[in-house]
Amino acid sequence: MSRRLTSGGRYIDRSAPQGFTFDGTTFEGYAGDTLASALLGAGVTLVGRSFKYHRPRGILAAGPEEPNALVALGPKERTEPNQRATTTELFDGLTARSQNRWPSLKHDVGALNQAVSKFLPAGFYYKTFIQPRHAWKHLFEPIIRRSAGLGPAPTHADPDEYEHLYDTADVLVAGGGVAGLTAALAAGRAGKRVLLVEQMPHWGGRLVTDALPDAKEEAGETVAALLSALEALPNVHLRTRTMCAGIYDHGYVLCHERVSDHAPAAGIPRHRLWKVRAGQIVVATGAIERPIAFPMNDLPGVMLAGAVRDYVECYGVTPGDTVVIVTNNDDAYRTALSLKAAGIAVPAVVDARGAADGALPAMARAAGIDVRTGQGVAKVLGKTGVEGVQLCAQGSAGEVTDTIACDAVAVSGGWSPAVNLWSHCGGKLRWREDAAWFEPDADKAPTGADGRAFVAVCGAANGRMGARDAATDAAGVGAAAAGGEVPGDLPGVPDAPEEAPLEPVWLMPADAQIEAREKMWLDFQNDVKVSDVELAAREGFESVEHTKRYTTLGMATDQGKTSNINGLAILAKALDEGVPQVGTTTFRPPWTPLSFGSIVGEAKGSAFQPLRRTPMDSWHEARGATWEPVGHWRRPYCYPRRAESAEEAVEREVLAVRNHVGILDASTLGKILVRGPDAGRFVDMLYTNMMSTLKPGRCRYGLMCSENGFLMDDGVVARIDEQTFLCHTTTGGADRIHAWMEDWLQCEWWDWKVHTVNLTEAWGQIAVAGPKARKVLESLGGMDLSAEALPFMGWADGTLGGFDVRVYRISFSGELSFEIAVRAGQARALWDRLVAAGDAHGMAPYGTEALHVLRAEKGFIMIGDESDGTVIPQDLGLDWAISKKKDDYLGKRAQARMHMTDAGRWRLVGLETLEGEVLPDGAYAVSNEKDEWGNTRTIGRVTSSYRSPTLNRGIAMALVEKGPERMGEVIDFPIPGADPIAARIVSPVFYDPEGEKQNV
Amino acid sequence: MLKLRCPCCGLVADETELSPGGEAHLVRRGPEAEDDAFEAYLFLRDNPKGPHLERWRHAYGCGKWFIAARDTATMEVFGTYPAQTKGPPAEIVDKIRDRVPGWTAPGEAT
Repeated sequence: MSRRLTSGGRYIDRSAPQGFTFDGTTFEGYAGDTLASALLGAGVTLVGRSFKYHRPRGILAAGPEEPNALVALGPKERTEPNQRATTTELFDGLTARSQNRWPSLKHDVGALNQAVSKFLPAGFYYKTFIQPRHAWKHLFEPIIRRSAGLGPAPTHADPDEYEHLYDTADVLVAGGGVAGLTAALAAGRAGKRVLLVEQMPHWGGRLVTDALPDAKEEAGETVAALLSALEALPNVHLRTRTMCAGIYDHGYVLCHERVSDHAPAAGIPRHRLWKVRAGQIVVATGAIERPIAFPMNDLPGVMLAGAVRDYVECYGVTPGDTVVIVTNNDDAYRTALSLKAAGIAVPAVVDARGAADGALPAMARAAGIDVRTGQGVAKVLGKTGVEGVQLCAQGSAGEVTDTIACDAVAVSGGWSPAVNLWSHCGGKLRWREDAAWFEPDADKAPTGADGRAFVAVCGAANGRMGARDAATDAAGVGAAAAGGEVPGDLPGVPDAPEEAPLEPVWLMPADAQIEAREKMWLDFQNDVKVSDVELAAREGFESVEHTKRYTTLGMATDQGKTSNINGLAILAKALDEGVPQVGTTTFRPPWTPLSFGSIVGEAKGSAFQPLRRTPMDSWHEARGATWEPVGHWRRPYCYPRRAESAEEAVEREVLAVRNHVGILDASTLGKILVRGPDAGRFVDMLYTNMMSTLKPGRCRYGLMCSENGFLMDDGVVARIDEQTFLCHTTTGGADRIHAWMEDWLQCEWWDWKVHTVNLTEAWGQIAVAGPKARKVLESLGGMDLSAEALPFMGWADGTLGGFDVRVYRISFSGELSFEIAVRAGQARALWDRLVAAGDAHGMAPYGTEALHVLRAEKGFIMIGDESDGTVIPQDLGLDWAISKKKDDYLGKRAQARMHMTDAGRWRLVGLETLEGEVLPDGAYAVSNEKDEWGNTRTIGRVTSSYRSPTLNRGIAMALVEKGPERMGEVIDFPIPGADPIAARIVSPVFYDPEGEKQNV
Repeated sequence: MLKLRCPCCGLVADETELSPGGEAHLVRRGPEAEDDAFEAYLFLRDNPKGPHLERWRHAYGCGKWFIAARDTATMEVFGTYPAQTKGPPAEIVDKIRDRVPGWTAPGEAT
């Protein structure tokens, strides 16, 4: 049954029908429709099921405050759930599905929840599903998750494009109603760069819709005049479909633009996220109408009065053929007049006030509408839609005095300024008793970097509800934001008759009994009723923040836009306090939800973060390396040959190093130059070792700790000359350690004459390791690499095969090893020469996993494996690398703290499994004794574990309580779902304990 | 998102260009320190609602550390100054005292 009126609807184009589907059924609307208006026009009033009780729900509003009409948009592979039908523009081919229903919207099994709703009060889940605990995970939670929820998440990767854009503005105006337009014009005339954003596709807000019939034409001209004046200003930028999502410190603003939702097409982004830095922000976001709590106020067909006239006037659609108006204010009479003018029957305006003598009620009476004052709704009749209303005296307990048949109810409990943006950055509110709303307190505005207010509010958002009043307010606020004068030639705004004050009505009827209050909805989306808030108050949730979380009032995707004030008022009444004493919850960004895609923007796939490649990267790729991400680098994990598995490749690479020779790309190693007259003094503070005594030409392994004493990085330091040290760091630590050095130099020892340079990317570094390493290098010809000329832990500059190189005799594998540093631009060429030269010696490239196995066989620690931010060098048996002579180094004092010197600390040992198996990384060891509470005590943890190809068995390193004192002891590592693994505590050095092989 | 002027390179930087370093003008305690003094240096920090002196590094810019004098409640920035000082410059102290009469920098005698 079509509800489309034969005429009217200034947003729609009746010559452009648009086909769409809802739950698989095809309907037709017009260009300019929203999905909500098109559904209403097609006679679809049931659009969803509620969150908790699965109650049938219809469209309540016509804008972003809509709590009920949430749909899943798009075909299955690009589903976007929880989209408000009221802000979704219709286009030909749109597909939408209802949510939270099974098997279908009309026949929903979950609706049985209604029958037991008495047993599902606020806090129900907390109270009920406590015991038995395992039932929560396996029984209760899965059922609750299936029955309570919104739309399904999409199952496919989002195929659409999104982008981030950046802008600045002297004045940003949020909201394109008459106030926003006027404020922008006033600011624009002052010559400032102005950005005006409006979330809907239309300018003018409610001005034309709310104008009385004889003023509509003038109102339309006002909007047109404002717009053309703005468009004539080159310094003013106008943007519709752009929602001001949030205001942040120092004038930072996020806006979400729906670029092509209304006209999907390839090649243009779907959404844009605007990041704007604004000098001043003018909030002109209007107001939101409140429903009234009366029994069964959530039936489809009960709609906000303002929304009803939106549908009639903007879209030529009526929610019903016979509409009863329920109100506590004059404004709702506009809806009566709109409907009447459109030929819709309005059998009565039910006005809770004792008298309605204002100009608007008088006009309604003159139009032949029955105005019933002092009356309220005792109950809305109907099952899945409105069939009538029972009336009662507002002051009563709900004794029915009359019944009116109707198929829709337009309700207005008054309006609340939309103060969200004002509040985002800390703007405070004050309660206006006469109007029963919170409005911005101009004396307590958000302040910016200069200590002055940077957010101002105008128009209805500022509590100035009349159009002319709002425009006057906006002109002043806009001019002030731009530091200018109010222009004298602003377009006139039609006057409207004065309205009588509303009467705050939070409960209808006033003395409604509990059975009635259990059927009065406050938060439609989260199914929170008057009785739930009262229960929370009775149970001691006196703070509004607690009540909100206990009942979930205002916590749904609409963030309580239509329910906040009503809920607060009910809570205040239950606590016998005033609304301002109860206070509001905090409004936080975003104003309405924005898409994940827009937040991600282009930062996905390879653009998610930069990838750092070494000079040899393409060689590794050509050799089929599998990759390991380290920091932002990618490093070869191993180089599998044809049918080889990764495990087999790693074994082969390890054995190649042990038996022949291997080559490793070590370019990612951090290389930080520390130079200056005080360089020695500085490295002595950074490292636990004594570094200043190192002779030029020599290298020393060093440890760095935080001021907490914990090990944070390690590496080899080479002394280049009297004033210069080259500090090698871990791959992942280079930037962090460089920043760490700079912190101390800039902020603590700024009078020390030292500077640092991060040279990591300036050098390529190649490790050649294995018994035949020297032969490979010598075959290139060049510098003397003999043990005499370049002993272990020495370095020398020279040439190799014509390349200028610096060669370090350092070893992370325990084998004879050379690390060759070469200018990054020549690194690939030298690598190729070395690889060619190595062929004759059985050389193999090896990756990070072989590197790890080789170092573990030698008992060398790895930062991040053996250390985790709670480990001090003493735990790792590295006392030899901690100077006893130095007065001070970073971390020294902390390492003397009581807990650090505790004899019971977990310390590093090696583990040999009794059966040779490989322990799982991270496995915990337990003690056989129970602790004082009867629990098994954890006494250690595996930090590294590998199968050693050299020893042909599993080896591991572990931190074990008093470990080094327990050599030879066998401890158990329980394995989930399997027998424990027994391992013997041994020295962590499994291979070549004397260190003979590296020193040849 | 805060905006702070880097006193070294002069740029007004967005917070995303900066990395925070916590309370400024801590006095380092070394091996000679008693447990209480060392604990205070390592762990105990002021968290004032009001003027605060805090370290920032222009991490994605010139790389220099500086100190911002900022009100944590009103977001007012009284000024920024180089890290190579033991206390805030007099003109910043004056600016803070304009807003908060009698304010003293941490560690400063009243």
